[in-house]
Amino acid sequence: MGRYVLRRLLQMIPVFIGTTFLIFVMVHALGDPVNALFGDKAPDPAIAAQIRAQYNLNDPLWLQYVKYMGNLFRWNFGTTFSGQSVTSLLATAYPATLKLTAVAFTIEVVFGIGFGLISGLRRGGMADNSVLILTLVVISIPTFVTGYVLQYLIGVKWGILPATAGDPLTLQSLLLPGIVLASVSLAYVARLTRTTVAENSKADYVRTATAKGLPRRRVVINHLLRNSLIPVVTFLGTDLGALMGGALVTERIFNIHGVGFYLYQGIVRQNSNTVVGFVTILVIVFLAANLLVDLLYAVLDPRIRYA
Amino acid sequence: MPDQDKYNEADPLAEAGTGEEEMPSAVESRTFDLGTMEGQSLIKAERLADHPETPALEDRVVARSLWQDAWRDLRRNPIFIISGLLIIFLVIMAIWPTLFTSTDPLKCDLSKSQAGAESGHPFGFDNQGCDVYARTVHGARASITVGVCATAGAALTGTLLGGLAGFFGGWLDSVVSRIADIFFGIPILLGGLVFLSVIPSQSIWIVVAFIVVLGWPQLARIARGAVITAKQQDYVTAARALGAGNSRLMLRHILPNAVAPIIVVATIALGTYISLEATLSFLGVGLKPPTVSWGIDISSAADTFRNAPHILLYPAGALSLTVLAFIMLGDAVRDALDPKLR
Amino acid sequence: MSSSMSSSTSASSRSAEAGQDTVDSHDAPLLEVRGLHVEFHTREGVAKAVNGVDYAVRAGETLAILGESGSGKSVSAQAVMGILDSPPGKIASGEILFKGRDLLKLGSEERRKIRGAQMAMVFQDALSSLNPVHTVGMQLGEMYRVHRGLSRKDAKAKAIEMMDRVRIPAAAQRVGDYPHQFSGGMRQRIMIAMALALEPALIIADEPTTALDVTVQAQVMDLLAELQAEYHMGLILITHDLGVVADVADKIAVMYAGRIVETAPVHELYAHPAHPYTRGLLDSIPRLDQKGQELYAIKGLPPNLLRIPPGCAFNPRCPRAQDICRTTVPPLFEVTDDAGVTAPGRASACHFWKETLHD
Repeated sequence: MGRYVLRRLLQMIPVFIGTTFLIFVMVHALGDPVNALFGDKAPDPAIAAQIRAQYNLNDPLWLQYVKYMGNLFRWNFGTTFSGQSVTSLLATAYPATLKLTAVAFTIEVVFGIGFGLISGLRRGGMADNSVLILTLVVISIPTFVTGYVLQYLIGVKWGILPATAGDPLTLQSLLLPGIVLASVSLAYVARLTRTTVAENSKADYVRTATAKGLPRRRVVINHLLRNSLIPVVTFLGTDLGALMGGALVTERIFNIHGVGFYLYQGIVRQNSNTVVGFVTILVIVFLAANLLVDLLYAVLDPRIRYA
Repeated sequence: MPDQDKYNEADPLAEAGTGEEEMPSAVESRTFDLGTMEGQSLIKAERLADHPETPALEDRVVARSLWQDAWRDLRRNPIFIISGLLIIFLVIMAIWPTLFTSTDPLKCDLSKSQAGAESGHPFGFDNQGCDVYARTVHGARASITVGVCATAGAALTGTLLGGLAGFFGGWLDSVVSRIADIFFGIPILLGGLVFLSVIPSQSIWIVVAFIVVLGWPQLARIARGAVITAKQQDYVTAARALGAGNSRLMLRHILPNAVAPIIVVATIALGTYISLEATLSFLGVGLKPPTVSWGIDISSAADTFRNAPHILLYPAGALSLTVLAFIMLGDAVRDALDPKLR
Repeated sequence: MSSSMSSSTSASSRSAEAGQDTVDSHDAPLLEVRGLHVEFHTREGVAKAVNGVDYAVRAGETLAILGESGSGKSVSAQAVMGILDSPPGKIASGEILFKGRDLLKLGSEERRKIRGAQMAMVFQDALSSLNPVHTVGMQLGEMYRVHRGLSRKDAKAKAIEMMDRVRIPAAAQRVGDYPHQFSGGMRQRIMIAMALALEPALIIADEPTTALDVTVQAQVMDLLAELQAEYHMGLILITHDLGVVADVADKIAVMYAGRIVETAPVHELYAHPAHPYTRGLLDSIPRLDQKGQELYAIKGLPPNLLRIPPGCAFNPRCPRAQDICRTTVPPLFEVTDDAGVTAPGRASACHFWKETLHD
C-alpha cells in the first residue's frame, strides 16, 4: 500500500508541473498586462518599467514560472494590479464554489448510484427504461439550458426553491444550482452504475453469494454493489474536474460570486495573477481529488493494493 | 480504466505477480466521460468474444465477423435508424440551409423584437428582431462543423499517438501517456475559458483546434488500450511469428480490431463536443457573431428568457436534439459491437 | 473394450460395493428430480436446455452427471440449487424433491434458508466464484453469520476451523487474505470449505477440478470424496471428464441435449455402454494400448438447443441411426442382460441399446 501511494505521488509531480506551466504560458500570452492595466491611456515608460520589474515581467517565461511557483509554495499568489492580494480573493471566492460543488457532488453520488442500481438490477424493466431515456435527455441538454429552464420553472414560476443564491449562501438556495450542476454528471453516474451492476450481476461471485443462501439484500449490497462501485468511484474522481468547470456556468446563471465570477473578471481585465492563481488552485484540487480517488480505489480493490 | 481491465484479468496477473503493462499513472487510470467507459467495456467485450468460454446456447458454427454481425444488428435497431435519419437530416441542413428557409438569418427588424410566431416566421423573432427559425436552421452549420471536425481531429491524433504508444510501448508509451496526463489535468471548460479568451480570433477553426488539443488524450487512451489488447491476441503473435513486419501487423491485424471502441467513443464524443462548443459560446469565449450559432443564440436569449422563452427554446431544442442523435448513434453502435450484451 | 484400463477396474470394484449399498437401502432418496424442464427465452427463440430429466441421489451416494457443454448438466444443477438466471431461464415443469419436499413449491425465503445450509454448491472457477474484494475469512464466516447468527469473532474462528478442515496451511494467518493471494488449488479448497461449512446434506460440485492442474485435481477430488464420506452427504458431481468420474462416482447419468441418455453404475457404463453416445465418448479417450491408432472422434457438433433435431437428438451424429431414430424420441429403456434380467440402475435412451450393448 505504501509503495502504491508513493508511486502515485511521484507520477503526479510531472503532471502537476506540466499542467501549471501550460496554464502559465497560455495566460501570459494574454497580451501585455501592463498595457492592459493602463487601458487606453499610454503608460508612462518609467512606471511601466517599474511594474515590469516588480512582477518579474522582464525575465524569460520559464524563470517567471519558477519564481511564481516558488511564491506559490509560500502561499503567496501575488497581488492583482489593483493591489488586492489574490490570496484574499481566493478566500472570498472558494468557499462559495466549494459549497456549491459539495451540494452537487452529494446529489450526484446519492441519486446517480441509486438510480443506476435500481436500473441495473431490473434491466429491461420499466424503471430501467425510464432511467435510460431520462439520462440520455439530461446528457443531451447543455447545462446552461437546463439551468435557465429550471431556474424559471422551479425558482420563478412555481417558487419552490430560491431562483438565485444570495448572500449568505444557504443550503436551500444552493439546492437548485446544485441540482443543475449535478444533472449531467448524475446521468453519467447512473448509466455507469447501471452498466457495471448489470455486468456484475452475472458474475460468478454473485452467483456464489446467492448459492450460499445469503439474503438478497446482502447479496446486492455486500457483493454486487461493493464491486460495482469501483469503476464508479474512478469516474467520480475525474468528474470533479467537470463539476468545477460546470460550476463556472452554474455560478453565472444563479449569480453566485464564486470562482467562476472572479476568474471571469480576471480574464476580462487581463489580470494574469488572478487567472493563474485561480486556475492553479483548481488544478491542484483536481489532482488532489484524483489522488484521493486512487487511494480509495486501492482501499476498495485489494488486487490493486497488493499488486 | 486500464486498472479496471486488470480487474477483469486478475486471473493471470494474480499468479504471475506483475503485468506486462506498466502500471497506469494516477490521472491515466481516470476516465473522461461515458464514452470512455463504453469504449473500455467494449475492449473487454472483444476480449471475451475472442475467448468464448462457454459455447452457450448459440450456434457454434457461426463465425461471421464482428462487423457483419454488428451491421445486421444495427439495421434492425430502431434507435440506430432514428438517430441515423436525424443526423442525415441535420447534415443536409448544415450544408444547404437554404433548402429549409429563404429568410436571411442576419436580416433583422428591431420592431419585431421578441415577437411571437407569425405567418412565414413559425418560430417568431429574437431580441434583435431576427427570424428565429432561419437562425435555428443556419445554426446547424456551426455546430455540425465544430462537432465533426473536432472529432475527426481528436480521433486521428488520438488514434495515431495512442496506437503507436500502445504498439511500441517503452519510452514512447511513457512520453505519450504523460503528455496525455498533462492535458487531462486541465478541466476542459476551465481550459476553454482561459485559452480561448487569449486568442482574439473567434473563428470556428480556433474552437475546433482547442477541442482537438484537449480532446485527443481521451481517444488516445482508448486507442492505446485497444491496441494493447489486440496486440496480445494469439493471432497477432502468430502473424508476428510468421514474419509479418510492424507496419503490416499494425494495419492488417491490429487496427481493424482496435477500431471498434474508437468509433464508439468518437461518436459519443461528437455529441459532447457540440454541447461543449455551445457552452463555450455561452461563456463568451467560443464563436462570436456574425457567425450564426445555437450557443450564441441561446446565450443572448438567456437574459430575456422569462419574457420570451421561445427565443431560447428553439435553438436549445435543436442543439439538444443534435447532441441526442449522436449519443444515441454511439450507444446503438456500441450495443451492436458488444457481443456480450446480445 | 475388453481390455479395460487399470483405473477403470479399480473403480469397478469400489463402486460395486457402493452400488450394492444403495440398492439395499430402502430409505427415500435425499434428492429426487422428476421430469425437469428448463427453458431459456432468448431473442432467437426458446432454447430447451433441459428436457425432462429424472434422477435421484441418496445420502452418502455420488451421482456423476456427464455431458458436453450445452448438454444441460449445469443448468439442471442450477435449477436444483435455485440459482438459475431468470430471466432468461425458467423452469417449465417438473418436481425437485429434497428430503421429501418439492422445492419448487416453496417460497423464496424458505428456499434461501435451504441454500448453503442444507444443499451447497462448489463451482468450477474458484477465482471468479470468490468475491475478489472480500477476504476469504469474511466470505467463509458469512455463512455462519447469516445462517447461524454468529458474531463476527465466532464466525472468524469457525472460518479458521473450516480452513484447517480442508487442509489449508497456516489457516489462522491466511484467514485475512484475499482470494487472489491463494493458488488455484487452495482457492478451490476454500470453495469446498464454504460449501461444507454448515454440513449440508447435499453437495453439488459443478466441474470442481476442471480449472486446476492435473496433479492438484486429484488432491481436490480426494478431499471432496473424503469429506463426503465423513459427513455422509449426497454428492452430485457434474463433469465432462470421464477420468474424474471413474474414481469417485457410484452411478453415472450421461446427458445429451438436455436429456439423460444413459444411466448406469459406473463400472458397467465403462465396460458395456448401452448408448452410442456414451460409446463414442469412451472411444474418444486416448488409451495407451491403442497407441499409434487414429483416435476416435464423434462426428458433427452438439445440436443447437433452439433447434433440437426431431426424434433422437443424437441421430445426426449417430453411426447406428435408422429411420425410427429420426422420427421417434426414444424413452429410457431398462437395460437387461442376455438372460433378460434387469441390470439395477441401468437404462438407455436408444432404440438400439441391445445392439450397442453387444458391440
